[in-house]
Parts: sequence; C-alpha cells; structure tokens
Amino acid sequence: MKHINSVNEFVIRFANTNGTGSASANNMFAKALFRMGVPVSPRNVFPSNIQGMPTWFDVRVSEKGYLGRREGGAEIVVGMNAQSMVADVEHVLAGGYFLYDSTKEIDPQLLRKDITFLGLPISDVCRKEYTDPRQRQLFKNVIYIGALAALLDMDFDVLKGLISDQFKGKEKLIAPNVHALELGYQMATSNFTCPLSITVKNSDQVGSRILIDGNTACGLGAVYGGCTVAGWYPITPSTSVVENFEKYCNRLRIDPASGRKNFAVMQAEDELAAIGIAIGGGWNGARSFTATSGPGVSLMTEFLGLAYFAEIPVVLMNVQRAGPSTGMPTRTQQSDVLSCAYASHGDTKQVMIFPSSPKECFDMSADAFDYAERLQTPIILMTDLDLGMNDHLTEELSWDDSREYDRGKVLNAQQLEEVEEFGRYLDVDGDGIPYRTYPGTHPEKGIYFTRGTSRDEYAVYTEKGEDYVRNMERLEKKFATAAELLPQPEMHAGNAGSKVGVIYYGTTDHAMDETFDMLADQGYSLDGMRVKSFPFGKAVDDFIKKHDQVFVVEQNRDGQMRTLLINELEIDPAKVVQVTHYDGMPITASFISEAIVKNIAIKPAKKKAAKRG
Amino acid sequence: MSYLKSKFHHPNLARNELGLTYRDYEGSLSTLCAGCGHDAVGAALVQACFELSIEPHKVAKLSGIGCSSKAPTYFLGKSHGFNTVHGRMPSVATGASMANRSLKYIGMSGDGDTASIGMGQFAHVVRRRLNMTYVVANNGVYGLTKGQTAATADKGSKTKKGEEIMWGAIDLPTMALQLGATFVARSFSGDKEQLVPLLKAAICHEGFAFIDIMSPCVTFNNHATSTRSYDYVREHVEEGNITDFVPSQEEITTSYPEGESKDICLHDGSILRLHKGINGFDPQDRFAAINAIEQHRAKGEILTGLLYCDPTLRDMHDFLGTTDTPLNSLDEKTLCPGNHALDGINNSFR
Ligand SMILES: Cc1ncc(C[n+]2csc(CCOP(=O)(O)OP(=O)(O)O)c2C)c(N)n1
Ligand code: SF4
Repeated sequence: MKHINSVNEFVIRFANTNGTGSASANNMFAKALFRMGVPVSPRNVFPSNIQGMPTWFDVRVSEKGYLGRREGGAEIVVGMNAQSMVADVEHVLAGGYFLYDSTKEIDPQLLRKDITFLGLPISDVCRKEYTDPRQRQLFKNVIYIGALAALLDMDFDVLKGLISDQFKGKEKLIAPNVHALELGYQMATSNFTCPLSITVKNSDQVGSRILIDGNTACGLGAVYGGCTVAGWYPITPSTSVVENFEKYCNRLRIDPASGRKNFAVMQAEDELAAIGIAIGGGWNGARSFTATSGPGVSLMTEFLGLAYFAEIPVVLMNVQRAGPSTGMPTRTQQSDVLSCAYASHGDTKQVMIFPSSPKECFDMSADAFDYAERLQTPIILMTDLDLGMNDHLTEELSWDDSREYDRGKVLNAQQLEEVEEFGRYLDVDGDGIPYRTYPGTHPEKGIYFTRGTSRDEYAVYTEKGEDYVRNMERLEKKFATAAELLPQPEMHAGNAGSKVGVIYYGTTDHAMDETFDMLADQGYSLDGMRVKSFPFGKAVDDFIKKHDQVFVVEQNRDGQMRTLLINELEIDPAKVVQVTHYDGMPITASFISEAIVKNIAIKPAKKKAAKRG
Repeated sequence: MSYLKSKFHHPNLARNELGLTYRDYEGSLSTLCAGCGHDAVGAALVQACFELSIEPHKVAKLSGIGCSSKAPTYFLGKSHGFNTVHGRMPSVATGASMANRSLKYIGMSGDGDTASIGMGQFAHVVRRRLNMTYVVANNGVYGLTKGQTAATADKGSKTKKGEEIMWGAIDLPTMALQLGATFVARSFSGDKEQLVPLLKAAICHEGFAFIDIMSPCVTFNNHATSTRSYDYVREHVEEGNITDFVPSQEEITTSYPEGESKDICLHDGSILRLHKGINGFDPQDRFAAINAIEQHRAKGEILTGLLYCDPTLRDMHDFLGTTDTPLNSLDEKTLCPGNHALDGINNSFR
C-alpha cells in the first residue's frame, strides 16, 4: 500500500457522538497545531440535537495557509462513533489512516485494503483506569489526542500547556488529564511505528494571528462599538453573539463606583420583541442591537420596515443558516441576502455589511453602530454559521484609542436654541439624512412624533401623495449616501486585468485564494472582488463593467447576490454567471474552480511551467 | 390630518408649579370621532400630568396601532411620541426605558392592540415590571378597522350587526395581576373624578402600572345590545376602592373616620388614599383583587377603581442592575474598554 506522505498539509476528521465531551478535546488538537505555528481551520459539523447523534469535527491543517474547507475525504479519520463507522471508513483517502477504538472488534466488512487501520483498545483502558462513568467517557477523548501526538509527532509540551491553560483555577484536573494524554501516547508508541507518514512540525505561518469564532468577535465588536442595549431571543447559530456581548460587558462595563451595569440586555419573548427592544433603544438614543438567524429574520421584518421608514438606528446581526423554514439549522448558508436586502413590505431597502473573518466581524460590528446612527436606519450584519460558530485564524483584534463614535446628526439642547428651524425630516445638508433629537432634550424645541405612517418634513402626519413621494425620494437619496459611507469592495491581490471577474462575499472568501491558485494552475487568470456592503458602490459597478464575464460565487441555491446585482445595477443577466453551493457545508475551492472552468468564456493560457508546492 | 390648535392662552388660566397651564399639556386637535372615549382618556392624561407638574418633555408616549394608539398625538404635544406597530409597543417601550431610565413612559393601547395581536408582548412587559404607565382604552371593538369584535368583548353580548359574540372575554386586569403588575386599576373614560387620580398614582408609581379604561366607541360599539356602550358601562360600573391622590408636597387636609381609609405611600412620597366603598377590599392583597374582579364579573358588573398596588416591589432596572445614568448619555470614554484590554482578549485566543 502506498501511504500518503505529508507534513503540515492534510485534513483530519474526528467522528464522535454529540454530548460526549469530544468537542473540547478536538478543539485542543486544533489549538495545539495553531500554537505550533501551523495554520488550521477547524470546523464542527454537528446535528440539531443535544445527545446521541453523530457529529464530526474536521481540521484542515495547511502550511500553505488555505483556510477554506477541502472537498473530498480526509487523510486521517478518528472514528469513535459506531453509528457512523461505515461512512467514516469510506471517508479516508486511499493511503490514509483510520484510528479507532478496538475494544470492540471492527466489522471485517468495513476493512479496506488501501488504508491503514489503527486500532487502540481505548474503552478497555478507560474501564481499567477510571471508575467514574463520566470520566471513562471524557478521558477517551483525551486518550486519542495523546495517541495522535505520538502518531503525528506533535509537540507534547504544547498539549500539556493547553491542558494547564484549560484548567486554570481547577488545578486538580490538570494531572489526570495529562495522565490520559500520556496513556494515549504510550498506547500508540507501543502498538505502532510512530510517527506515521503524515506528520506535523513547528512552523512560523501563524504569526500574530489568533483563533477565534465570529460570534465572539461580533459580541466584542458590540462592546467596543459602544452598544448599551440588546434584546434577543435564542436561535442557533446566533445565540452566542449576545451571550458573548453580555459576558464581556460583565467583565468590562461595570461602573466601578456603583458596581452597576453600563449596559442592559433583555432576553425577549420572541424575535419581534427582540428587535422591538433594539428599536426602542435606538429611538431613545442608545446604541442598540439584536442578533438572530433565519426564522428570526422573518419575524423581524415588520419592525425592520418601521425602522427604515421612521428612520431609527438599529443593528441586526444575522448569523445565516440553511433555510427555508427550519431548514438545516446547524448548517451554513448565505441565503438571506434577498430577504434582508428588501426586508419588509412596501419599497424598503436595507443596508447590509458582509464580514468574512472574525477580525471583520469585530471591526464591522463596531462600525455598524456608527453607520446606523449616521444613516438613521437598520444596519444588517450578514455573517453565517461557518463564520459564527467555528474558530478561524484571523488578524488579532485592535482598537484605535483616538477613535470617537459617530453619533450622527443629533441636535442637543443648545444646538436646538441656535438652529432657525427644526424639521425632523428636513434634508438640510442634501445627503438625505435629516437631524434628530433624543426624547427629553429640550422643553420646547425639537419635539416630534415618530410613526410608521407618512409624514411631512416636520413629522406631521400626511396622506398627501406629493408629501409621501418627496419623503420616499429623500430616503432613496439617503441610500445613495450610504453607498459612499459603507466599506468598499476588496480587490483580490492577484488582479491583473483579466476579461473575466469573480465576485464573492462573506465566508466564500476562505476558499478564494485556493480557487485562484487552482485556476492559475490550469492556465486561467481571473480578477476577483469581494463585496463588503449593500447598497453597492461605484466600485462594484465599475468592476462588472470592466469584465466581459463575471462569476458570482455564493452559498445559496438561487444566486441571491447575483439577482441583487442585476436588479440594483441593471446588469445584463447574460453577463453574470452564478456559481452556487448550498448543501449546508462551507463552499470549497475545488467546487468553485470546477464550476468556473466549465463555464468560462476565455481559453486557458499555456500551462505555467512552475508547479505550485 | 393633524390640525394645529390656536396658541391663544386665556390670561387667567391656572398655572402649575412649573408655571405651565393645562394648554401646555394638550396635543394637536383630535381626529377621532366626536364623543370617542379615547379623547376623554387623553384629556384625563393631560389633566393628570398638568396637576402633577410633570415636565412634558420628560415624558415619552408610546403606542401601537389603532384609534386608541393614535390618541397620543392628541395629548402632551411637548413630549416625544412613538406610534410603533400593531401590538408591539411593549417591546419598544422596554428598549426605550433600557436606553434612558430617567424619562416617564406612558403607553396607550387598545383592546385589539393589547389583548389580541399584542397579547404576548403585553404578558411579557408585565412580567418584566417595566417602569411605565400602560393604558388600555377598552371599547370591546376594533375601531380603526371598522367594528370587528375585540377579545375583551363579553361573551353573549351582540355586535352592532346583531351577531352574538361566541368567544370568552379576556380580562386584562386579571391577567396583569397574575403576571406581576405592581399597580392595577380599572376605570371609565366617562368618570374623570375617578380616572384622574388613578392616572396620577399610576404615573408616580415606579413599576408596571396598568389601567384598563372602559372607553366606548361611539361609532361601532355604542348600541343597546353592547356591553361597552356609554349607557351600559355607566349602569354597570361598581366602584370599588375610591381613591384620592395626595401629591408629596401637599398637606393632607380632608380627614376620614378611623378605619375607613387606608394610605399607600408611593416612591416619590405622594400618597394614595383609599376610602373603602361598599365593596371595598384590600388593594394590597392580590388574591382579594382577583377574587373581587371575578365576583363582580359573575354578577355582570364592572369593578372599577384601584385594584392592586404594591409600591415596594422592584422594577425592571432593579432586576437588570442598570446604572442610574441614562445609558444613552454614556460616551466612548465609559463604554469602550480601549486597545489595552484587547491584549488580554487576544491572548485568550492563542
Ligand atoms: C400587523 C397588522 N395587522 C392588522 C392591522 C390592522 N389594524 C389596525 S388597527 C387594528 C385594530 C385596532 O383595534 P384596537 O386596538 O382595539 O384599537 P381601537 O381602534 O379600537 O381603539 C387592526 C386590526 C395592522 N395595522 N397591522
Ligand atoms: S371608530 Fe370608535 S374608537 Fe375609533 S375614533 Fe371612532 S369612536 Fe373612537
């Protein structure tokens, strides 16, 4: 049998049963590689269930720094779940390894000649070592990590360091965990020739980057962005956004004098109330937000229309998951693009921003509060399950201490004294953005009534057609202003004036470097642009105009971003080709490059001589 | 349409402690039907706020959708107001209060807005004990959509078209009591004597104050077979505890025979003085209040007056532990932990 030979370039899959505590051990594995300086991208593939169902944890290890999911099987599978064993054995690439618990003999029908089976009597050892059934269960996970340390030649001290970090404050647990690691290590060395043909070695490819999930970064962004009011209702995969906001507020936002909170979080009765709370806070001058996913967005749409029309600043973080309806609640997608862009009845249009990394989750979450208050409208941050719930390698978080929040056009009591006239919906500056006042500012001036019904420039209710139209036109103007204010698209570093362009956004970015490399290997040079916001700015329009053919890559069935581009920029649909991936797993470079090659309108240049390493 | 009222003030108009007249508390001219109960509710609110010498701009008015929810435009014209969406005023009020706990919040809703589409939000705003005055102008009917029955309409009574109402009525004060409101009252828009002191007490109460006000709809529910018409309500009202409101600064002058009155001291030092009517019960006993409501209902009577008040219980902000400073006034210096805090945070992700 030919073994796969590889250093720092492989995928390992852990197949477990959910509710058995495997996640923390698997995370420890990923983190150990990260601490060894090797780029990793861990992905938890979990069911919508609490206990007893198969769950997988894939770690892509890539010295080259490719962070997207890789298509196909894994070089190594750790198969700890009898339920999914058949598929898990199949998942191993020829020449790869299947590590399993041999306490129970493996079904001979499962055996494959082209891979190596590494059986260790893990349950047996646990039964002998531990009496407590919970410990027997938990330490199984630590033991296979210890075994991997030997098999892959991992830095054992790094693992030990991780254990002592994990149990800081519960020092009693350190020794037994290290012991379990050592047990696994010894079992592997005494049963097999270690290391295998696949190994890891220390590297310098991580740099100052950190390993953090997008939801934590969003929660932190809201803390740094000065958000004080949050309303929410639990829903996967967005739940941990507000949980993290609250966690960090409890650490960083307690008034030292009184011990009381400089923030308020309310778990609401549903998503209608969650966004209602955020809108009430925004109306009253506090930076306010809510976070939700799929079904929650649907429930929020009436209120989003109110906030659009009544011009209330509010931030909504939408951690997208696979729809429609309950869909696949624990799988990822980018399928709320259209429902958010045009959320609510009537001629509504909403501002969206698209982060692609935890670093951007942090920055854009903080920025979203500036945009909301500047534009006096909802800002929808469009993240997704893959970004939100998995750890990603990302630039370290930083904050410019000289930064002041942009609180937008708000008149205080003194300014109200000075202005000649105040009209809540008067476009004084020609940018479509009127001035507002907070309730309670001045006894006589700047007082108005906020409503979702039409009104004139002075906030007086009106049903006159011309007043209504004037207001709707001003809102359009405001939207145009938004396009200039929002983050501009990012051009791919390798752009060299190709006739074919690729547009992508959000987590699709993770697969794109690899995609461009794969295409280059086949002789195709393409230009890339990552869209970061809606409404689209001029740069997006220019990019499409400059190219003869434009692929739009996204993670939904209907090509929602493509539709939005065609509709908003009046593009000939024949020019834009959709590349859509929507099975609930993150999109991959091989999927994208194959789809592009199949449809591309240019011929490949002669193959490059140099092969990529 | 909204009409501007004449700004003319009669020079001899009474002024309150702030030097303001009643007119300073009015809103724009009402567009509700002449004789609509909701206008009387608005007028009572104007009088209550005037007499309490509340700074109008320190009040925020919130409502849902409906004729009753339109009413806030017609009172307290110097207060900010927010006409939200149908049935969802409680959540917006919650967020507003979270943002700035220093304002007074007055919510105005209808029976459709609260007892149907907004039932969920109503239940939960009561549970959270939001510090606000929540008024339901209860007319047993949907006014704005032209006469459909509301969930508070009595079973067996007839609609204007003569159809018998099949479904059991929801009693909002009972619900409010069960869910933990700390001030619950019922009144009648046609009885200012009773309504104004109750509103004043509700506004001074720190916690969730709920008032269910029978507020007849002259256009769709004032017929002879309705149980929400002016005539029917007038005839079937049974006044429970009669209430005087004594503001904190005022000396108590009227006296009542021993044992026939009871004082409840509110947070701001003002006093709710109760005289036990014939049907008096202890309004600090939640069970007694629920009992009394049910007993009167069984007899076909509408029990009004103060039903329950406990000024000692905590409100939402006490539970949340929010700082006293309005959150909307905090700036980056207080709110942003700064770059140095990120060092530790970054390291925790290594
Ligand atoms: C989501 C939604 N559904 C329906 C309506 C239509 N609607 C407007 S007011 C109203 C009923 C109002 O009744 P109520 O709250 O009792 O107020 P009233 O007019 O009787 O004072 C309805 C159903 C709406 N505005 N929004
Ligand atoms: S329809 Fe009824 S509730 Fe509406 S304004 Fe007229 S009388 Fe009042």
